[in-house]
Amino acid sequence: MKITVNGETRETASETLGALLLELGHGEARVATAVNEAFVPAAARDGLRLAAGDRVEIVTPRQGG
Amino acid sequence: MPVFYGTEVASPLMLGTAQYPSPAVLAEAFRRSGAGVATVSVRREAGGERAGRDFWRLISGLGVRVLPNTAGCHSAREAVTTARMARELFETDWIKLEVIGNADTLQPDPFGLVEAARLLVTEGFKVFPYMTEDLVLADRLLQAGCEVLMPWGAPIGTGLGLLNPYGLRSLRAHFPDVPMVIDAGLGLPSQAAAAMEMGFDAVLLNTAVAKAGDPAAMAEGFAKALEAGRLAHGAGPMPPRDMAAPSTPVIGKAFL
Repeated sequence: MKITVNGETRETASETLGALLLELGHGEARVATAVNEAFVPAAARDGLRLAAGDRVEIVTPRQGG
Repeated sequence: MPVFYGTEVASPLMLGTAQYPSPAVLAEAFRRSGAGVATVSVRREAGGERAGRDFWRLISGLGVRVLPNTAGCHSAREAVTTARMARELFETDWIKLEVIGNADTLQPDPFGLVEAARLLVTEGFKVFPYMTEDLVLADRLLQAGCEVLMPWGAPIGTGLGLLNPYGLRSLRAHFPDVPMVIDAGLGLPSQAAAAMEMGFDAVLLNTAVAKAGDPAAMAEGFAKALEAGRLAHGAGPMPPRDMAAPSTPVIGKAFL
């Protein structure tokens, strides 16, 4: 199915957010996530089923002021 | 030293982590400044890039408390989601709440700010709102549950200093027991000293240090200015007066 990850459209076979993170190489990484502009805690990622058209945001710690 | 939400920090200087020429320069600036708080952010990362991991390692090594921000958010909803992500990433309930209302001045949106603050406080966040120096806004943010206020000195990144000393003095006087941080707009240590002389508890800055020719030296300069301003405020400055008054006693002057 087609979803959007960090603003870019992509095809994925992952059925859950947790599986998507593994697919994208974020398995052990320190990331936080949101789907369709709603925060998804780490503990809820494996239970969150993705649907076509979902907008996924994956963020990490960065410099800020 | 300032106490925010029951936690005493090591220094009245809160320093940003963006725009430094290198991670080594950033680390040296923090070391020379003695800053007790580092502001940080959350941003997208492509798979395999791992810049976030490297940055996290750098920040963890500084030995300072982190204050994540919601920089770049233009709505309460966006800021709240960003705050929730930041809490999980940085393992802190402290959040520098930014809701921007104008893209040119980066002026806070007071309405979105109060809306987001109210919601985040109910979720247990300890909110540090980046705000204008508006008294009424301050009152609303305190009513929303904020225990710290962060009025701007000038628009972010301008280095213009304290543009509205009257408004800032008024804010300080109306809420004498609320910890207040001057956030944004400072360019020189003398401006930071002036903020402390007014009775503010701390300053938060980034560009003035990161974009200096020698960031570490500038960071130390700010730290010393803050200490000077803090001592001056505590010492009770003399009231200004219009007429001259001789400091040397007139009595006993030789009659020549």
